[in-house]
Amino acid sequence: MELKEKILKRLPDAGFEDAQYPTVTVEPDKLHELASMLCREEGYDFLVSLTGVDWGDSLGVVYHLARSGNPLDMIVLKTATADKEHPQLFSVTDLWETANLNEREAYGLLGINFINHPDMRRLFLNEKWKGFPLRKDYDASPENNPLSIESEPFSDKLRSLSFTTQGDIIEKEKELFGKEEYVVNIGPQHPSTHGVLHFRVSLDGELIRKVDPNLGYIHRGIEKMCESMTYPQMLHLTDRLDYLSAHINRHALCSCIEKAVEIEVSERVEYIRTMMDELQRIASHLLGWSAMCMDMGALTAFIYGMRDREKIIDIFQDTCGARLIMNYNVIGGVMYDLHPDFQKKVKEFIPYMRKIMKEYHQIFTGNVIADERMKSIGILSKEQAVSYGVTGPSGRASGFSCDVRKHRPYAAYGKIKFNEVLREEGDTFARYMVRLDEILESLNILEQLVDHIPEGPYQAKTKPIIRIPEGEYFQSVEAARGLFGVYICSKGDKSPYRLKFRSPGLSLVSIVDLISRNEKIADLIAIGGSLDYVVPDIDR
Amino acid sequence: MEVKGIYIKGVKNEEFKDTEYLQKYYVEELQQNGSNIVIGALDDLLNWGRSNSLWPLTFATSCCGIEFMCVGAARFDFARFGFEVTRSSPRQADVIVVAGTIVYKMAPVLKRLYDQMAEPKYVIAMGSCAISGGPFCESYHVAKGVQEIIPVDVFVPGCPPRPESLLYGMMQLQRKVKLDRFLESAQKSKKRRKEAVREIRENDGKLK
Amino acid sequence: MFDFKVLTQWIDQSLRALNLPDFGVLVIELVLVGIALLAAYAILAIILIWFERKICAWFQCRLGPNRVGIFGLLQTFADTIKILLKELIPINNNDKILFYLAPFIVILSSMLSFGALPFGKGLQAIDFNIGIFYMMAVSSLGVLGVLLAGWSSNNKFSMIGAMRSGAQMVSYELSVGLSLLTMVIFAGSMQLSQIVNQQADLWFIFKGHVPALIAFLVYLIAGHAETSRGPFDLPEAESELTAGYHTEYSGIQFGFYYLAEYLNMFIIAAIATTVFLGGWQPLHIPGLDGFNHVMDYIPTPVWFLGKAFFCIFLSLWVRWTFPRLRIDQLLHLEWKYLLPLNLLNILFMALIVIFKWHF
Repeated sequence: MELKEKILKRLPDAGFEDAQYPTVTVEPDKLHELASMLCREEGYDFLVSLTGVDWGDSLGVVYHLARSGNPLDMIVLKTATADKEHPQLFSVTDLWETANLNEREAYGLLGINFINHPDMRRLFLNEKWKGFPLRKDYDASPENNPLSIESEPFSDKLRSLSFTTQGDIIEKEKELFGKEEYVVNIGPQHPSTHGVLHFRVSLDGELIRKVDPNLGYIHRGIEKMCESMTYPQMLHLTDRLDYLSAHINRHALCSCIEKAVEIEVSERVEYIRTMMDELQRIASHLLGWSAMCMDMGALTAFIYGMRDREKIIDIFQDTCGARLIMNYNVIGGVMYDLHPDFQKKVKEFIPYMRKIMKEYHQIFTGNVIADERMKSIGILSKEQAVSYGVTGPSGRASGFSCDVRKHRPYAAYGKIKFNEVLREEGDTFARYMVRLDEILESLNILEQLVDHIPEGPYQAKTKPIIRIPEGEYFQSVEAARGLFGVYICSKGDKSPYRLKFRSPGLSLVSIVDLISRNEKIADLIAIGGSLDYVVPDIDR
Repeated sequence: MEVKGIYIKGVKNEEFKDTEYLQKYYVEELQQNGSNIVIGALDDLLNWGRSNSLWPLTFATSCCGIEFMCVGAARFDFARFGFEVTRSSPRQADVIVVAGTIVYKMAPVLKRLYDQMAEPKYVIAMGSCAISGGPFCESYHVAKGVQEIIPVDVFVPGCPPRPESLLYGMMQLQRKVKLDRFLESAQKSKKRRKEAVREIRENDGKLK
Repeated sequence: MFDFKVLTQWIDQSLRALNLPDFGVLVIELVLVGIALLAAYAILAIILIWFERKICAWFQCRLGPNRVGIFGLLQTFADTIKILLKELIPINNNDKILFYLAPFIVILSSMLSFGALPFGKGLQAIDFNIGIFYMMAVSSLGVLGVLLAGWSSNNKFSMIGAMRSGAQMVSYELSVGLSLLTMVIFAGSMQLSQIVNQQADLWFIFKGHVPALIAFLVYLIAGHAETSRGPFDLPEAESELTAGYHTEYSGIQFGFYYLAEYLNMFIIAAIATTVFLGGWQPLHIPGLDGFNHVMDYIPTPVWFLGKAFFCIFLSLWVRWTFPRLRIDQLLHLEWKYLLPLNLLNILFMALIVIFKWHF
């Protein structure tokens, strides 16, 4: 392999593994060299996922890298430091911007310090939180961290570690906001943050100077919980991550486990899953559209979107029995067979939705106020989208072709024809339009599938206790908000050693500061609506 | 409306009271104990007004928030009950629907929101996360129910509860509001009131 | 047409018949007028709120309030009782006097302009010879209340909301003023009763050719912006500033803002009715005497309220359809489009009046 030779030429002591993806293991001090070589010379400019892992005797980080031209041609980098008291690794924020928040997350949950990282604050937990939850020796007893109803002041000190010329590590501190700045809290309780996101916004009149996202108001510790659950048990947690694409998230975890255990699912299951995913995508985009309209002050449009979303929920309800969190996919298939009315209702829904889409364009897209508020606002270039790891409709609006369904077809996506909706502008309007066009594309997919659902079992027989063979697995699907990935590191037990969800939301929230600077407050709201993040998906 | 045909292991069907339970027993019992006709009638008027105009705070943390939005939208439409004026400022809201998981970092915020609301204020805990931590009760960062932080008036179970159950919960809150004796309690001494409550509880025991 | 002067003069005479001094009669009459206006104010507000909730529900494929009273008619009464009983939260570290004063200024300004409206034939509390000027003057007082509220709340959202409101009101005041001025040129008088009387045969909007039509449209837009509702609700901007300038107000203080918002909507519609749509004058079409005669049988207050509610309906329609403007768009609309259009329009109207091109 050519790349392997190149790497060995540069770093002779790098270890290679041929697992699901080619894996390179290096010493911490060599990591940055290797990373910058891969990023700058080999074109691995898309950091899919950054996972901190406690290997027991050492703390490490796993990087999943890909090329933006083909987001799923991946290579895995691994590094680890044995110093558990003061673990220090090198930051890769200068190569991939998306590493910023991900490294802060690893710092908050595992206590790994990243040298040269500009802003070492804990991402999800309070600064005073005792212990690092994702470490294996974390003491979870409630006495350590009791429930407190006293508000804690935020820490505004940006701590960063860097080398001096002599090679010593020094700590620097910088204030986040100056004393003169007019800082407004948007959130955690705010009607248009789509949950409990907290932005601290520095304002100059109506203009935004700086946005500091403060996350963790719905950090539920799902990844830690998964480590003590068996595989079938943890499925229901995925639905609650990004509850608007519940089916799709669960699909990702199920197919990751199925690949690892080598369970064959029938073609019928693939079709059912694909159709459910697409219905879910439409429902999610509809809600995203409605919420965006509401954020921009058009309440009637919100109600129209919700009205039509109920029609999809009816279809879900018939088959799955639930409205929002369906718990439908299971390992090896789906929970129940399709309801007899399913095909009829989907066939009724497709023309209805096509008709109603025109109405949406009339009521909102064509409106002169809406147009003015969305066009050339919050522009994200393609390079930025790749560097920040922005996928899904928001990435595609900037011209980043990142549709997993196209690049690495899973389930029944390989058997159907559909277009990847791409736009070049990268502004709020482009993001808005991509979302609406994707609804039409999803309707096309549904139309191709609904009449050809093959016969077969809806569930494969699985063992009562599922053990994944030792190794690391990564599976990604296209969720409604972008690339949703599941990383499982197994040691052969019935529960995973480390499980990480690569959520699209974290990248989305990391660009808010970038694209809303020097725009107005109203634009921040519109940008937030167009990014359409779901907060539990960010916080996990 | 009589509730029929519920089967839950270990619970007798007869134990389920009908849905007008609160109003039927408590209100009638309270009035049996006697109240000044003018004050009682005024109280009824005030309670009628308050119970029919419960403005919720727009507050949602996770999944249940979507169902809360659905209740506000066209199919379920809680405007029918006069709930539709959702206020974003806690000062102007009457009821906070805690829709979703409350984590440790959110707990002080929730407490502050509750403190900022003007009396009389009510709390609905929507969904199993808000009731007990739900599926996340083993997590290191999730509060085991909002009643650890603020007092709760109505619990609406489900994960997430269907909009119908939220509507039922809100109607149950209306009934609870109708039990308040705003003027009467100001008139009666606290002791007498306590006695009345005890009596009702005893009667309630007999009814069972 | 029934002239309400008959009624008012009868009250006046019967009071004088009691041999009261002139001053006493005046005081009693003032009190009576005050009570009547306050009652009308409250009842109109309650009807308006109900009207808006029902109309909004209708636009949004919902039902709207329907549990209390027939069609939810009593919903607003329930809200009123609730809001009267809510706690008034005292806030630390704010400007106490201004904080408590602000809601009163807002309600006062809308009350003052409400009092001078001609509701029907002979049904006008006071008829200034500078009626239009007075209306403009007192209705602009409201912005003071909003600014004070934003300043005294010691809340950043309120502050931003109030500043937005200041910019918005001052700008749109111009358009409102100029479009009314166009009609004053046409009528040759600022007195509301005279303006209404001149429209007996034909309403100004039909009489005044194109400029009257343009002035009407501009007035509707600018007036709508004055009420800070609909696409112009930037001072409140629920999804941006939570509740804008009244974020910190609770209970009846918030109720005052809520009330004033709806009444301002009515006042704007009522002025539009008076100046453009003939006030309480019935619909008369020159030449059709039979039709005109039938129209005269409909009481004048019904005409007035009917037209006003039609204008309100237009305003609601806009409100529930359009997304909110951004602050720069808002100011662009006023200073770049409405104001030049208005100035040209005034010129045009002056020419029409000079050369007597109108009907």
